[in-house]
Amino acid sequence: MDTLFLVCSLIFSVLLALCLLRVVGGPTVLDRILGGNVIGTKVTVLLLIIGTLYHRVEMFVDIAIAYALLNFIATLGAAKYFLHSKKVGLQEDD
Amino acid sequence: MLWIAGSLVVAGMFFFAVGVIGLLRFPDFYTRLHAAGKCDSLAAVLVILGVALYNLADFSLASLLVSLKILAIAVFVFVASPTATHAIAEAALVIGVEPWSKKDQEQ
Amino acid sequence: MATKIATFVTMLLFWVLLSGMFDAFHLSVGVLSCLLVTLFSHELLFYGDKKRSWLHGTLGVVRYFPWLFWQIVVANLQVAYIVLHPRMLDLIDPRLIRFKTFLKRPIAKVALAQSITLTPGTITVNIDEDQFTVYALTRSAAESLPGEMERRVGKALEPAS
Repeated sequence: MDTLFLVCSLIFSVLLALCLLRVVGGPTVLDRILGGNVIGTKVTVLLLIIGTLYHRVEMFVDIAIAYALLNFIATLGAAKYFLHSKKVGLQEDD
Repeated sequence: MLWIAGSLVVAGMFFFAVGVIGLLRFPDFYTRLHAAGKCDSLAAVLVILGVALYNLADFSLASLLVSLKILAIAVFVFVASPTATHAIAEAALVIGVEPWSKKDQEQ
Repeated sequence: MATKIATFVTMLLFWVLLSGMFDAFHLSVGVLSCLLVTLFSHELLFYGDKKRSWLHGTLGVVRYFPWLFWQIVVANLQVAYIVLHPRMLDLIDPRLIRFKTFLKRPIAKVALAQSITLTPGTITVNIDEDQFTVYALTRSAAESLPGEMERRVGKALEPAS
């Protein structure tokens, strides 16, 4: 079972790198925010898996909860911020 | 129990992979939202359920509490992920990101 | 008063779940902070629910949830098929649609919006009063709205009339 979780976390790191491609590539600001959100969800789950691997889930689960909350708030904040600054979105969109 | 947990985790990984491939392949922002918003929330819930079940394998009060906490994360992801998707979609609509459509492709 | 007590009990249960310690110090700190939070923001958690039977609401949600989960799995398999299809651009036909809902309670509208976002090829973009703006990935997904899902949400969360 530990092997399965190890393989999963390796796959996770590959997927995270692929998400980072979307964050770097754009093309709009919102694509980057979306990529960040996806990375955040993945890292939440990855933290749980790492906790299982180290047999310290009771510690990692608190970090995962905090990470999920922060990820959600960061996404909402970024979306609201760009809702009120129309110029930024249109400059990037070409 | 362990087999159920393992298959849940594997199914979740599959949907995570689909979400990322969709994020990279789809032609415009709104369609990317579909891949990211849907696949990710289901995949996260599946993997989290799998980890919670695996954690329950050696049963005790402490592991039960930890599993309930993990379930709380699952519920939170289930509520928060569509809300975040909705917020980004609304921002895109207000900013005026052009949606891709079939007609543009044909011209 | 009832909402205050309900908020307090929910908060305390959540505190115990998150802290996982049962000695006098941690429990008393928990009771104190839950009391403060209840005092400051008791009207937020059970917003807009004046007189409703809690049993009916809970039962409705419990009956609605398995169906929703099944729909989400089906939706994800469809999205997976589209994503992994080599000629993906022929399959998708994105469009923006608008429809009016008959749901009245805010919580029911939110539940419908979240469900739409999670299921087949559709994302709720905006809710304005009873006007939903939905972005659909394919033509068939656009035509399926508002369908069975709205009826089921209405059955689960609207007061029986």
